Amino acid sequence: MSSAVSICAVHKHFGALHALDDVSLEIPRGSFFGLLGPNGAGKSTLINIMSGLVKADAGSVTVMGHDVVGAYRQSRHALGVVPQELVYDPFFTVREMLLLQSGYFGHGRENHPWIDELLETLSLSDKADTNLHDLSGGMKRRVLIAQALVHRPEVVVLDEPTAGVDVELRQALWHFTKRLHGDGRTILLTTHYLEEAEALCEQIAVLNRGRVVALDSKQALLARCPYRTLRLAVDRADLALPDAVRALVVDTHDNCITLRLHKADNPIGDVLKAVQAAGLEVIDLSIEEAGLEEVFIGLTGEPAGETAEAAP
Amino acid sequence: MSGSAWYGMYTLFKKEVRRFLKVTVQTVLTPVVTALLYLLVFGQALEGNVEVYPGVSYSAFLIPGLMMMSIIQNAFANSSSSLIQSKMTGNLVFVLLSPISALEFFTAFTLAAVVRGVLVALAVYLVAILFVDLPLAAPWAVVVFAVLGSATLGALGVMAGVWAEKFDQLAGFQNFFILPLSFLSGVFYSIHSLPDMWQAVSQFNPFFYLIDGFRYGFFGIADADVGLSVLVSAAFLLLIGGAALLMLEKGYKIRG
Repeated sequence: MSSAVSICAVHKHFGALHALDDVSLEIPRGSFFGLLGPNGAGKSTLINIMSGLVKADAGSVTVMGHDVVGAYRQSRHALGVVPQELVYDPFFTVREMLLLQSGYFGHGRENHPWIDELLETLSLSDKADTNLHDLSGGMKRRVLIAQALVHRPEVVVLDEPTAGVDVELRQALWHFTKRLHGDGRTILLTTHYLEEAEALCEQIAVLNRGRVVALDSKQALLARCPYRTLRLAVDRADLALPDAVRALVVDTHDNCITLRLHKADNPIGDVLKAVQAAGLEVIDLSIEEAGLEEVFIGLTGEPAGETAEAAP
Repeated sequence: MSGSAWYGMYTLFKKEVRRFLKVTVQTVLTPVVTALLYLLVFGQALEGNVEVYPGVSYSAFLIPGLMMMSIIQNAFANSSSSLIQSKMTGNLVFVLLSPISALEFFTAFTLAAVVRGVLVALAVYLVAILFVDLPLAAPWAVVVFAVLGSATLGALGVMAGVWAEKFDQLAGFQNFFILPLSFLSGVFYSIHSLPDMWQAVSQFNPFFYLIDGFRYGFFGIADADVGLSVLVSAAFLLLIGGAALLMLEKGYKIRG
């Protein structure tokens, strides 16, 4: 599969800060790609270089085969970016803003049906003639998405699209993003919500301190964590567990025992047999596989959303 | 330039014009009233006491100067205020993400500034001629200097808007550079009425040639040779325009 976005040996400094340090990655066409990393990892800088808002000190970036510097017109036509900040122009209404954005890309009246469709799809039709200043944060976020899509880009970048939005809107945005992907577009998502990346992304790159520390399919990344969590509810709390099982316990609470099991070394069947042999009856159990959160912490040394360094 | 690029530039120009037309009280009516107040106060105070050119009343002499001063201040304000607002609110990103080139960006902002500058000057003219007889000796000069003046100040506004990081810096640029140079360029007087030293100094003020050439368009006489005024004004436009374009090409303060 050829690349929608190709990033080759990109470096970027902001003063003494080496914001991007030899970053290379390929985003396949039609993929749903997650770009993860703590604050200050370089995610937004990388997106800004892709979109031409920031110039790389070294290296090259192409979007759909077009160099973002040498062939910036073609690369920008191929790219739609939903910015992280809720920016808007207070002079214009929603429809005016979309018509202007469409015009910047050279589209005239022939694009009006698509604008109407975007307004309808993003539930903005009844707000089309409302000034952007008078919209709620969620509505402004929808307008930003419509603006990014107004020129029908093949690659869509969503930079923290669900930051600060309520659960309902987040679900709506997830649904809409899946639809965009289903239409054949390449999606690049940055997010602090790892469950979001886990639910949506097929491939994931993790940036930390300006370097790519992981680049793999979601399944392969999840497989990097060999542990799972087993939660048992037992009939009594006064009996001692065998030593081999006690070594796996990470928490006990009333009659509930939480164990961290190595997938290869601690088969669940053996653990259950040992518990029952100790005279305990298992009333209920649940198994939780390792998520991206654990993988992320393992790679970056910190939970998602924590500040690693001052963002440029 | 492709059709798509032309349309992108036209859209940005249209947006900049619509932006100032949405607040016409601030962007058109207020400067017109200000210019007319100057005309009322200075015209009343000095009419009959001062004859700058033979057979030209002081009020008539004043009107072209006030028109060009309006062009200078409003063309500058249009591009500079739009840019700094877009930078501070972050919505400049919408233009920067588009395929619009630095030249198209510059042209759109400058032409919108020309429209505002000329519109305000025209409004001042239309109201002023209701009260004062004003000849029109060389209409070509009126058009040429109106366009040169508004384009130059529009380009200077692009430079200032790109450079400034807060409104305070822009106000400083306007109050300590644009305003003194326009006031000291012969809006209210002929430089021949100044002492020799100040006459010499005035000839280094590019705004003097804009106002003097513009005034030539009305009266057919001027302090400097009109050909020289065209050359100096065009050279000033090329200099400022070139510098503004270079800033945009380099992405100075707008592309990291």
